[in-house]
Amino acid sequence: MTDSSFQLKGSVVTTVLLEIQTLSLQSIVAQLKEKIDQVPHFFNQAPIIIDLSKVEQDIPFDEFESLVDSLNGLGLGVIGWRCAQENKPHWSGDVTIPLLPASKTRPIHVPEPVSAPSSPDVVVKTVVEERLVPQSAKIITKPIRSGQQVYAEGDLIILAQVSAGAEVLADGNIHVYGALRGRALAGVKGDSDARIFCKSMEAELVSIAGNFMLTDALQKIVWKEAAQVLLVDDSLEIIPL
Amino acid sequence: MALAKIIVVTSGKGGVGKTTSSAAIGTGIALKGFKTVIIDFDVGLRNLDLIMGCERRVVYDFVNVINKEATLSQALIKDKRTKDLYILPASQTRDKDALTQEGVQGVLEELAKEFDYIICDSPAGIEKGAQMALYFADAAIVVTNPEVSSVRDSDRILGILQSKSRRAEEGKEPIEEFLLLTRYHPERVALGEMLSVSDVEDILAIPLLGVIPESEAVLKASNQGTPVILDTESEAGLAYMDAVDRLMGEERPLRFLEIQKKGFFKRLLGG
Repeated sequence: MTDSSFQLKGSVVTTVLLEIQTLSLQSIVAQLKEKIDQVPHFFNQAPIIIDLSKVEQDIPFDEFESLVDSLNGLGLGVIGWRCAQENKPHWSGDVTIPLLPASKTRPIHVPEPVSAPSSPDVVVKTVVEERLVPQSAKIITKPIRSGQQVYAEGDLIILAQVSAGAEVLADGNIHVYGALRGRALAGVKGDSDARIFCKSMEAELVSIAGNFMLTDALQKIVWKEAAQVLLVDDSLEIIPL
Repeated sequence: MALAKIIVVTSGKGGVGKTTSSAAIGTGIALKGFKTVIIDFDVGLRNLDLIMGCERRVVYDFVNVINKEATLSQALIKDKRTKDLYILPASQTRDKDALTQEGVQGVLEELAKEFDYIICDSPAGIEKGAQMALYFADAAIVVTNPEVSSVRDSDRILGILQSKSRRAEEGKEPIEEFLLLTRYHPERVALGEMLSVSDVEDILAIPLLGVIPESEAVLKASNQGTPVILDTESEAGLAYMDAVDRLMGEERPLRFLEIQKKGFFKRLLGG
């Protein structure tokens, strides 16, 4: 590689996404200019992507081209555009900027290649949008009492005990910074990588992706000690922490 | 309801000493000079009036007031022994459905104007009666016996206090919770037949208000219709007074937790 004059690398760049609601060139430019004037530093030479997925009407090619020109004229740097897969405009001319994948195909899990890549000279460009993502972990600060049930779509973090007769469930991991005396079910939607962590293992039941273990079995492995529960080859492992 | 502090005495499980504790603690607070009313929420199983020894003076009750068949001043019974103490008896002929949220709120609001403390003696269970008793509470005394089923039920009621009270629904500061361990028997704890104070504290994880030793004085007091706290000769009475002191923010060491060695004469006389 030392004799090569360049290296190809994947990179993640934060960009601004201009999501067009209705295509009206004048108003877009006017409104955008107003925004830029408020925080000129933020927008100066900022990479920007035009997103047409919310636009329902047909967009003339000329109008799109002049939108790109106007945006560049405002000091922004248009690096690409995208639209919904199903209403991709049928333009005769070639757009000068690259078409990026629609937002649903945002690559999060990159599947491992089945065979060795045939053409290694492909530039991988991952675009990460700047948007508020809802907090994926639910945090509970009070004890979960008998008869109560708590479910989290992501991870569940409990800064207190889980009483006997209580049940805590999560699609992701479960952390209990207190005694776990009730039932804890992690990975309830099938995530077998989910784990359960607790400060004192006294559970009635622990389960990961449907594989469970009851008190009697737990007592023989780790009891009243800090422990984690994970799934290894479809069987639960309880490991002291 | 800005003035009075509303305290619910609750447990989930029946027979652990809620009414005995309500009567004792209500009396204890009144003895400190606060105007106090104890409300019996156990509609259909009226007991508080018996423990307080005022059963013959019940004319109107809580449900009559809710239904506007009587005024509060008609229904309130003034305690004959303790100044500043009043009792609002339950109805014996109705059931818990007679308690409506608006009705209970109306009565509590009216009482709150005149009283310093309102003690709500909850019925057992976790159903409507118990939920009504705790809904408006500012503080809760969770009465627990040192045995696993009582502890489990107390844990359950703590969950309800946090989720189904008005404070919880309105997102206000949660209800203050206190543990009152009753019928404590140091000998049986030593033998491993009962949970110890620390076992129960560990499971419920709320501040301990007091430990009331198992005592014949409690039964005697109930049958006589005298709150046991007035029996200053008995350990139970003294332990309740300590609990009231702690409720008022005073520091009191726990006592009566050790096995008492019987003296030669006591053993001889079978005391």
